[in-house]
Amino acid sequence: MQPLIHINKLNLFYTSFHALKDVTLTIPEKAITAFIGPSGCGKSTLLRTLNRMNDMIPGTRIEGSIAIGGTELYSNEVDVETLRKKVGMVFQQPNPFPKSIYDNIAYGPRLHGIRSKQKLDEIVETSLKSAALWDEVKDHLKRSALSISGGQQQRLCIARALAVNPDILLMDEATSALDPISTLKIEELVQELKDRYTIVMVTHNMHQAARVSNQTVFFLSGEVIEYSDTEKLFSNPTDQRTEDYISGRFG
Amino acid sequence: MQGEAMQENNQPQTNVSSKAGAYVFKNERVSIMNKVMPVLLFLCASISVLTTIGIVVTLISETFAFFQKVPVFDFLFGTKWSPLITPKSFGVLPLLNGTLMITLIACLVAIPFGLASAIYLSEYAPKIVRKIVKPILEVLAGVPTIVYGYFALSLITPLIRDIFPNAGVFNALSAGIVVGIMIIPMVCSLSEDAMSAVPRSLRDGAYALGATRFEVALKIVVPAAFSGIVASAVLAFSRAIGETMIVTVAAGATPSLTANPLDSIQTMTAYIVQVSLGDTPHGSLEYGSIFAVGMTLFVITFLLNILAQYIARRFREEY
Repeated sequence: MQPLIHINKLNLFYTSFHALKDVTLTIPEKAITAFIGPSGCGKSTLLRTLNRMNDMIPGTRIEGSIAIGGTELYSNEVDVETLRKKVGMVFQQPNPFPKSIYDNIAYGPRLHGIRSKQKLDEIVETSLKSAALWDEVKDHLKRSALSISGGQQQRLCIARALAVNPDILLMDEATSALDPISTLKIEELVQELKDRYTIVMVTHNMHQAARVSNQTVFFLSGEVIEYSDTEKLFSNPTDQRTEDYISGRFG
Repeated sequence: MQGEAMQENNQPQTNVSSKAGAYVFKNERVSIMNKVMPVLLFLCASISVLTTIGIVVTLISETFAFFQKVPVFDFLFGTKWSPLITPKSFGVLPLLNGTLMITLIACLVAIPFGLASAIYLSEYAPKIVRKIVKPILEVLAGVPTIVYGYFALSLITPLIRDIFPNAGVFNALSAGIVVGIMIIPMVCSLSEDAMSAVPRSLRDGAYALGATRFEVALKIVVPAAFSGIVASAVLAFSRAIGETMIVTVAAGATPSLTANPLDSIQTMTAYIVQVSLGDTPHGSLEYGSIFAVGMTLFVITFLLNILAQYIARRFREEY
């Protein structure tokens, strides 16, 4: 597993709140990395620095280094729109646009200048197939995206993210609003996607991290306590706090 | 009934405490309140409804009386409006033309500028700017329209006459632009409300796909807030149609079927003012004509509102 993302001594402040403290971490390419830890530990904040969604929050200040493939994300060389095209994101609540299923998927490609109907049709089909949703919706692509179930909506959001052809896919507790069956479907989907995409997921659910991910990072109050291969972290953690958390003693 | 209620109110809760030990779940004051308050509130609510009914009834009966003397067809399709000079002629089209011209110019000013400022306020402006600008906008909406009328006459008209020397002192363009300026705050404020109500998660979804702020505003927020925006545009339209003082002051009093915005025109509302101000005898033909014109205005606005509701429902993006 080649490292793709390098984070070095990263500090992040929301006005005066120190949300990330000296985070140093590498994230491997074409694998699944899970961020775990109790609420408010900074895992989502770190995830959101990877596509600079924190820019939207006034008062955010960042120090240190975070680079994807050698390119510093918070430099003048980067414009966020192009970055976000390469680093897709799926959110906690499914958030399909109030448009048709087709238009949801085609939104991103259209944004980036694809106009040809034939090309868009193609992208919609491959994206929905990649998100394991094609068979369920292929006969009513014109129907509103809000008419399908929550689990389907979330897979639609994954398809929407894949449609702009990203390298990295961020998932911010993407299954926490879903029922167990939908969750399972998405976990299976993520397993398939890791051959083609670098996936970083935040999860509340330790078991999910253990089931799905290749590498796990444990956060506590803004610090990275430990990160390693998932198997090792869960079977043989080096830090006492990690062991306490994964054995359910707190969190 | 009022007197009774007052009396009962003066002896609070005595019968509750006098039956100490027993469970008493009856309190005269409470039960009277429960009976009286809904009636009082209903009366208050019915005042506006009754007024509306009164207005409509007066409009209809006077209009009907007017149409006994002037054929409806001549009124609706006549191209000459000269109610004060014999031979009298009551063709409403010149007035309608004046009103629509003002409304069109006003909407061409108000809707783009109002929408653009709403997009700025809702999507770009820092919180602090929004906090300052929104109240100012609301103050602007409270400026008496007669003030705008003089603003048109003393500032915009000279400007227009500098650019187009053949423009009249009274012209539709100046009045139309100022009516537009007057309703910008309303369009802006209502559209901004609708746009701010669009959930953050939708914006995040689009940002995460690499959309710029402008693309998010135009392709996500505006469509999602479309029904509110249409409502604001239609309200703007009705305000412009009904606007009276600005057009009376700045647009002139020449009913005409012109298509040239630099000409003097007269709107329906300005005509009503003109007749109401003069010494038109009650029951005369001119007197009746203002009701017919008022009725026409009423019907247009009414139909517009229905259209707006239809459009808002048809194109709504539920979220």
